[in-house]
Amino acid sequence: MTYSADEMMTVTAARSLRDRMTCFVGIGLPSEAANLARATHAPNLVLIYESGTIGAKPGALPLSIGDGILAETADAVVSVPEIFNYWLQPGRIDVGFLGAAQIDKFGNINTTLIGDDYARPRVRLPGAGGAPEIAAACREVIVVVRQTRRTFVKRVDFVTSVGFGDGPGARQRLGLTGAGPRKVITDLGVLEADPRSAELVLTGVYRGISLLDVGDRTGWDIRVSDELTEIPPPSATELTALRALLATMPASMRTSAATSPQVLAPTSAPISRPASTPATEGAAR
Amino acid sequence: MAEIVSLAEAIAATIHDGDAVAMEGFTHLIPHAAGHEVIRQRRRDLTLVRMTPDIIYDQLIGAGCARKLVFSWAGNPGVGSLHRFRDAVEHSWPVPIELEEHSHAGMANRYQAGASGLPFAILRGYRGTSLTTQTTGVADIVCPFTGETLTAVAALRPDVTVIHAQRADRLGNVQYWGITGVQKEAVLAAARSVVTVEEVVDSLEPRPGAVVLPSWAIGYVALAPGGAHPSYALGYSVRDNEFYVAWDAISRDRLRFESWLDEHVYRTAGEPR
Repeated sequence: MTYSADEMMTVTAARSLRDRMTCFVGIGLPSEAANLARATHAPNLVLIYESGTIGAKPGALPLSIGDGILAETADAVVSVPEIFNYWLQPGRIDVGFLGAAQIDKFGNINTTLIGDDYARPRVRLPGAGGAPEIAAACREVIVVVRQTRRTFVKRVDFVTSVGFGDGPGARQRLGLTGAGPRKVITDLGVLEADPRSAELVLTGVYRGISLLDVGDRTGWDIRVSDELTEIPPPSATELTALRALLATMPASMRTSAATSPQVLAPTSAPISRPASTPATEGAAR
Repeated sequence: MAEIVSLAEAIAATIHDGDAVAMEGFTHLIPHAAGHEVIRQRRRDLTLVRMTPDIIYDQLIGAGCARKLVFSWAGNPGVGSLHRFRDAVEHSWPVPIELEEHSHAGMANRYQAGASGLPFAILRGYRGTSLTTQTTGVADIVCPFTGETLTAVAALRPDVTVIHAQRADRLGNVQYWGITGVQKEAVLAAARSVVTVEEVVDSLEPRPGAVVLPSWAIGYVALAPGGAHPSYALGYSVRDNEFYVAWDAISRDRLRFESWLDEHVYRTAGEPR
């Protein structure tokens, strides 16, 4: 079976969730991944949407975080102040799934604007929503985002949600209670935060993706882990489940996996390692 | 006691030029019919308050009703940008718009403080973000018991809050269920309020998870069946996701937006579309 880069990304994100976890889900790729996990290896995954639906079990993918199907299938529906104050803020939720318009090497996320003048942005984006507090308070955060030079930047134009701030110790100084963005899953592979430097390091790539590809699509000199692995392609079960899930949405509403033009050949060249110093800056220009 | 009147009368009685107006409903129960009535009555210089401005404020902003927006997430959910909002911020069209920008948790707590009669609320949030440098109504506060630094957000006290509900009884008691959002807090935080409803019934039967707002806590109730469209009222309608997708193209172009507004808002008398 051939598959797209976005399908690989969604499958990888779904694999990062374990059964019985509690998961705060944003709409789009995170929602697809969380629902895929629930449809495959994590049937008891607890999906929590910021609309106040706790334990939602949608049979079809919702377009918004407040579709009726979420309320109708939830274990509990609570008010918006309650979902943030009683459920998110005290650190009851295992994992928060976030997207990003820009992300830097410390996992700080911008979803507010592009440009250097707040009053006159080049592009005005939607803003914060629930993300700053999800990033602060979930026990850990997983970011799902397509990797490009426009997205993976040296410096985000606006810190909407704090990752590791300006480096080690920043989260503690700011009083952020969760562990932060330990993992960033892209359409090229997986980056994980180095426990000592707090910097995102490439730890896995998909079959057919070279380190050169990763370097080309990262706006900083990305570090590559000594234990870089190739992430197994989607299984037939995973792909079938994902496509069945996406088919529950009318074609005009699909924004991601199914409509992505880029197709990965499942048997192309293996990962090329840099000739020297594999732990640092291997793929950077 | 709430007065049961027509939607046009309720809006005329409560919303004046320059008011701070909150129209709430978190994806569900968005009071679109009331928003259209505000556009038809050509209110100006409003401070529009809402967690997720959504299509309802995209329309009010594009129609030139707003001077300022207080919000936490301005997108078309699951679709993309709000083009009228972006045009106002990026190009001051049709008029410049001032922003007061928060997070969802901050906005929810600001309403809660307003409803509680307190000047501010406390949460863990905002710390380390750029929001603290670009918006008003956020400050550090030290806990008097533990010494921990937390975030204070200023109370929201709109002049008027407008919400949509499933039903009211003939005395004006209001009942709504499903995703109940922040509507209770928004109504109780405001000086005046309007609730549009799908139907007026003889008596409210209890519903699991329903919120009841007693008549004496509400200003006006107006019948507006289908008044949440393209949002929905659980048990009465489903979210019109196709319309949310279609809005992207309608709103992208100024002329197309204006002709849509003309056909579906100005040239109707408030009947649901």
